[in-house]
Amino acid sequence: MSGYNFAYLDEATKRMIRRALLKAVAVPGHQVPFGSREMPLPYGWGTGGIQVTASVIGADDTLKVIDQGADDTTNAVSIRRFFARVAPGLRTTERTAEATVIQTRHRIPETPLREGQVLVYQVPQPEPLFRLEPRRAETRRLHALADYGLMQVKLYEDIARHGRVGSSYDHPVMVNGRYLMSPSPIPSFDNPKMHRSAALQLFGAGRERRLYAVPPYTEVRSLDFEDHPFVPLRANGRCSLCGAGDSYLDEVVTDDRGGRIFVCSDTDFCTQRQTMREAAE
Amino acid sequence: MSGLLPGFADPVADAQSAFRAVLEAMARPGRVQRLPSPPAPPAPLSPAAGAVLLALADAETPLWLDAGAEAAEWAVFHAGCPLVEDAGAATFALATGTPPALSSLDPGTDEEPQRAATLILQVASLAEGRGWRLTGPGIEREHRLQVEGAPNGFLAAWAASRAQFPLGVDIILCAGDCVAALPRSVTIREG
Repeated sequence: MSGYNFAYLDEATKRMIRRALLKAVAVPGHQVPFGSREMPLPYGWGTGGIQVTASVIGADDTLKVIDQGADDTTNAVSIRRFFARVAPGLRTTERTAEATVIQTRHRIPETPLREGQVLVYQVPQPEPLFRLEPRRAETRRLHALADYGLMQVKLYEDIARHGRVGSSYDHPVMVNGRYLMSPSPIPSFDNPKMHRSAALQLFGAGRERRLYAVPPYTEVRSLDFEDHPFVPLRANGRCSLCGAGDSYLDEVVTDDRGGRIFVCSDTDFCTQRQTMREAAE
Repeated sequence: MSGLLPGFADPVADAQSAFRAVLEAMARPGRVQRLPSPPAPPAPLSPAAGAVLLALADAETPLWLDAGAEAAEWAVFHAGCPLVEDAGAATFALATGTPPALSSLDPGTDEEPQRAATLILQVASLAEGRGWRLTGPGIEREHRLQVEGAPNGFLAAWAASRAQFPLGVDIILCAGDCVAALPRSVTIREG
């Protein structure tokens, strides 16, 4: 990768993305189109998030990359290694508390984020109304008019059919009381963490060429009804490794006789707790 | 081209650090950010205004500025941005004196509010903790910002602009080597 510009993208591309990011921050939750570039990995692997991260990071940043909460899966490792190669001087970490920029696929870390941290989401489909109205020109107009009746009807139909809202991930949110926004496919368990988070949250969708943002301390309300309030979903169990009863859990099949355990999806959080427990013993 | 002053000492790293300061300023309206390595642009441009310009402007962003021929030449040479006479046609408007009326700048459209102009407004000084009371996205409870040298009638013009949200102009305030931002989402009350 030698011979490339710092953080891979050329300066003109970074400036274009940076201008779009500033406008995205000024209009929280609004999708801003940007000229997404071809990246050295396929769409669906986080090209939007990577371009946002590449436009934001500098040599004095510390980068953490997670994929479904884990630091050690293929997507996370390859993106972290990519930035270590194309951004000389950049430090990488697996510790949430040490990171200044965290790129994430489909999770928000369990450790509360603080001011000065930037959370970059990889977004496959930025348009929350996509499954209800596939025409872009039409959804743009619906956002302009703040006409989100379609989504309310969808939630109502979920309740009428299933007795509860059907989306366990990518549950739509209202940002700053104005724009309906896709939180990216994070579990609904993570939705409340977006509300008035101290960190800046940026979202990049490479294939769909959109980015958007939620500034710190901004109201992010999961869409619901007064008589059917939003309830974040979580598997009923404890982590088999660290014992946490309040973290988001993955179910792991352990044998072919129906054996299964729950473990924390956030590997850094789980490791910290295991270390603390061992130190206490 | 006799006395053309240099731009960023390290274009890639300095543009990144300037952008991060502006991003932080925009995300936390009213917090004052110091730019670590701004350029030394020709007077009357402040180092901060010069840094914001070089970090964000290029051939795709028409620029309106009132800072005189030398500053215009510097901006065009280093950023490569086209100059426009009409502030309403500018993506960036840079004002060192009395700025154009907020209502004369492009506020974007209902479907594309991101097309709104950004006003880079040079002021005498910026200080946190006193002055205007800012509330809105990016602010936990209230940020206070003292702006020396804001244009006359600014708060009334801002309130009118704020009422058009999500349309509206975003402002980057520059003083010396410091920046603070007023994204269109922020509400300002007299201190």
